Amino acid sequence: MSIKRNPVTIKGIKDGLVFRLDEQCDFAELLDALKEMIEHSHQAILSGPLVAIDVRFGKRELSDEQKLQILDVLRSRRNLLVRSIEGAKAEEVRENAVLRMPMFTMSGMVRSGQVLRHDGNLLFLGDVNPGGTIVCTGDIYILGALRGMAHAGSEGGEQAVIGASHFAPTQLRIAEVISRPPDSEDAASEHPHETQMEFAYLKDGQMQIDKMANIARLRRDLNVFKGV
Amino acid sequence: MGEAIVVTSGKGGVGKTTTTANIGTALALLGKKVCLVDTDIGLRNLDVVMGLENRIIYDICDVADGRCRLHQALVKDKRFEELYMLPAAQTKDKNAVSPEQVRDIIVELKGEFQYVLIDCPAGIEQGFKNAIAGADHAIVVTTPENAAVRDADRVIGLLESSHIGSPKLVVNRIRPNMVKAGEMLDVDEVLQVLNIDLLGIVPDDEMVIRAANTGEPTVMNPDSKASIAYRNIARRIQGDTVPLMQLDEKKGRFNLFKKIFGRGR
Repeated sequence: MSIKRNPVTIKGIKDGLVFRLDEQCDFAELLDALKEMIEHSHQAILSGPLVAIDVRFGKRELSDEQKLQILDVLRSRRNLLVRSIEGAKAEEVRENAVLRMPMFTMSGMVRSGQVLRHDGNLLFLGDVNPGGTIVCTGDIYILGALRGMAHAGSEGGEQAVIGASHFAPTQLRIAEVISRPPDSEDAASEHPHETQMEFAYLKDGQMQIDKMANIARLRRDLNVFKGV
Repeated sequence: MGEAIVVTSGKGGVGKTTTTANIGTALALLGKKVCLVDTDIGLRNLDVVMGLENRIIYDICDVADGRCRLHQALVKDKRFEELYMLPAAQTKDKNAVSPEQVRDIIVELKGEFQYVLIDCPAGIEQGFKNAIAGADHAIVVTTPENAAVRDADRVIGLLESSHIGSPKLVVNRIRPNMVKAGEMLDVDEVLQVLNIDLLGIVPDDEMVIRAANTGEPTVMNPDSKASIAYRNIARRIQGDTVPLMQLDEKKGRFNLFKKIFGRGR
């Protein structure tokens, strides 16, 4: 590992910025890098209007004093508003809390121009038409056709999945990742008679699609039937 | 008390006005008392399609603003005793009347006519709100094109969340040859997406264009396929059960096979 990575990465999200702090390097080094970015190298993009900041320090164990030190650096800029500061554990707990919520069932049709929003996991009995949208903080399962847009894990839940009996979305979103089906129609016409239920999930930040039976391999929080 | 039916589509140019004129005339042919109402203020066409343009004296805005009585504004059709039309104003815009005013006019018309057909303007703004205000039922017209189906879906969503509830569908301008060649959506595909009851299908027919230009609704001519389609729709509105029209006339042996073994693709 000869290339030295910057211990701080900044990522833009819908309503602010996420500061990801390296979990391996020395704390002093981390603090220096942060200072450098705020005061010099990233000064241009970090000045301006008020911006909400989420700090993620991964698996590193931080004392309260160390957290304060990080906050002090960020507070040196008036427009940076620190919204949260969390490690991997808290992050996981928060994401799992959504995924462990009970499944909420709803039926009907989501037509063009309509938006169905739900806080938690949703089982939707019906179709989502082109131009229609389902947005959930947790998982989305559709017993029917998904022809419109579905956004699972809308508040950053990268573990969320989207499943549908007839999988023909105009666009899929999980957390911050946006994906659309390929432009060529070959993919759709490849299996015209195959009507199997599929689901979409994130793997290393990339949208993947698999058949529903394989969902057990992905998620450990599901009750898995193993036979007797 | 009659029933008021709004004919709408979202997208323009799919045949709302033609459908209104033809269903209205077909209902009149069945001996019903019918009034057609044009709510497309500023872009009125129903009078042209009906061939009644030169008989207009007052319009819906005059009625709404109390400049005339409802009866003075009604234009009687030249062919039928019991077919009337309430024209829209051409010199104003959609904001010239309010949904409440339109509703009051429709209620008054329903007291006198068995069917009040409301021709809705394209779009989902003020004109649409005016048109659906007094309606009891809705007919959504679409053509077998993705754009028209998309807009129909949007309008169905709006109708379902309004007082009207579930509308009925008319698929207009079907070209059987193109459907067979797989170049046009077939009715089943449209229905699969929209998921509402089908009221009728109308084939694309040059007669319709010719008829609209001469101000004589297609249904007057019993020979054209579109005419029969509109008559069927009128009978279904009346409550009759009429089987869907077979658009494909050539009944070869191959078609027989397809019928026996289900729809091959």
